[in-house]
Amino acid sequence: MSVPSKVVVQVKDLHKRYGDVHALRGLNLDVYAGQIVGFLGPNGAGKTTAIKILSGFLAADSGSASICGFDSETQGLEVKQVLGYLPENNPLYSDMRVVDALNFIGAAHRLSGTKLKDAIERVVEQTQLHQVYWRPLGHCSKGFRQRVGLAQALLNDPQVLLLDEPTNGLDPLQVVEMRKLITSLGADKTVMITSHVLPEIEAVADRVVVMNHGSKVMDKDIASLASEQLVAVELNCSVDAFKAICSQAEAHIEEMIVANDSNCQAMIKANGNASELVSRLAEAAVANKVQVANLSPQGHSLEHEFRKICQNDGGQA
Amino acid sequence: MRSLVIARREFFAYFESPIGYVVVALFSALAAALFFLVGDVFFSYNQASMRHFFSNMPMLVAMIAPAIAMRSWAEEIRSGTVERLMTLPFSLGQLVVGKFLGVWAVFAVALLCTLLAPISVAMLGDLDWGPVVAAYVGTLFLAGAGLAICCFLSALTSNQIVAWMVGACTLLVFNLVHLLASAVFIPRWLAEISLNIDMSQHFHALARGVIDVPSLGFYVAVIIISLVANTLILGLRRHH
Repeated sequence: MSVPSKVVVQVKDLHKRYGDVHALRGLNLDVYAGQIVGFLGPNGAGKTTAIKILSGFLAADSGSASICGFDSETQGLEVKQVLGYLPENNPLYSDMRVVDALNFIGAAHRLSGTKLKDAIERVVEQTQLHQVYWRPLGHCSKGFRQRVGLAQALLNDPQVLLLDEPTNGLDPLQVVEMRKLITSLGADKTVMITSHVLPEIEAVADRVVVMNHGSKVMDKDIASLASEQLVAVELNCSVDAFKAICSQAEAHIEEMIVANDSNCQAMIKANGNASELVSRLAEAAVANKVQVANLSPQGHSLEHEFRKICQNDGGQA
Repeated sequence: MRSLVIARREFFAYFESPIGYVVVALFSALAAALFFLVGDVFFSYNQASMRHFFSNMPMLVAMIAPAIAMRSWAEEIRSGTVERLMTLPFSLGQLVVGKFLGVWAVFAVALLCTLLAPISVAMLGDLDWGPVVAAYVGTLFLAGAGLAICCFLSALTSNQIVAWMVGACTLLVFNLVHLLASAVFIPRWLAEISLNIDMSQHFHALARGVIDVPSLGFYVAVIIISLVANTLILGLRRHH
């Protein structure tokens, strides 16, 4: 991954409460120009609250959030001019036709005449809305409504895009199309996308931020996650023997991601090459005369990291 | 003016559904019916005058203004489009003024449709159009005050029916509060307040065709106070 240039989204010690619920607990985050950052977390983790504060729809209780150097609280108008926002559930004016909805949002962004016409042509092309251009939004399918929502977010050619659950309710084909579109948008924009679907984030993001109970619990590049080597272990032995075998391979273990000693199962992050760890564990098992039920290298570690984080925090994976 | 973008959207949204047409038709039909048919006042006076027509306006506005304004914010909150609206590059004040101008324009269309009444009267006799125009201006300001109050109330709920009921009750109170002044147990200062805040009392001179500046000032003050309150409510919503 290239060296990040400048910070375009900056979040400092952001707190937000809804009554007794502490939705955000001191969130800190820097997002660099050109990044596609995936916000991941179980329901109620605080992803949407963070996005709503960045968009200016909600005010934080304390802390600050800025986009392109503009504070979202004190310079809300400037923030909204450089921002494209697709809210969760994509609320639209169903009584309007697609063309009217785009004209309205364009006018809201001070676009008129040729500039407005060009901007509408651009987003219609980007989101492939030709088919429903003259159709009332209330008569459009969920997939087209989602595209209209995205087209509205793109009309002002924003520097930063906030997409809250953009594939929510789409069928598998539409999900694939939406992912392609988001990936292509990431070529010249900074994109922040929330989801509770892991493959979604893996497919489009180049950085993943996992949240739980209002806090950031993981922040990693997808590339570095992909390079991490995991090994799944399951042995038919006593708990003591299982612990002994794992300790014999200790030099090759970076972290026990998911460990279930009582069932003699574990997901282990290798310190270096996964095959070396597999060999070392196999040798130890043979030496201890233990039958191996499963000993295999696994792919990426995001899913396991995510599960561990949620289990540790008592959430739902 | 940035608010006009919102006002235009608001105005046309009313006529995308039957609501706008029903409200306009109902208002003009009721205004004409109360003038020409109820109590036989117009024909018994045997004068080409519109005074009785405008004397009904405070109550008509109390009925119609909540129906026009009920959806202004409540529907945005219910459908979630308020999030879209509040994340567009408008200040809260611009949004509130835009919404208000939109619903005020809907009322203006309804009021325009009542022009058939003075035209009919002018055909029957020698109508003095000066007071009629002045009374129409007064009605527009009276309705502006009612609509601003109802827009504010609409921002407090996500249910249009609740917004309409609370709006109608509030405007009814503001049109009947002068009755307190005639109650014997009411202290003088409270009686004076009740007369001064009564929307129908301020309309008496305007209904006669007199451009009464203090009364117009009262309606403008109600409009401004309601719009400021509406803006504050939206601001508070951001802190929820």
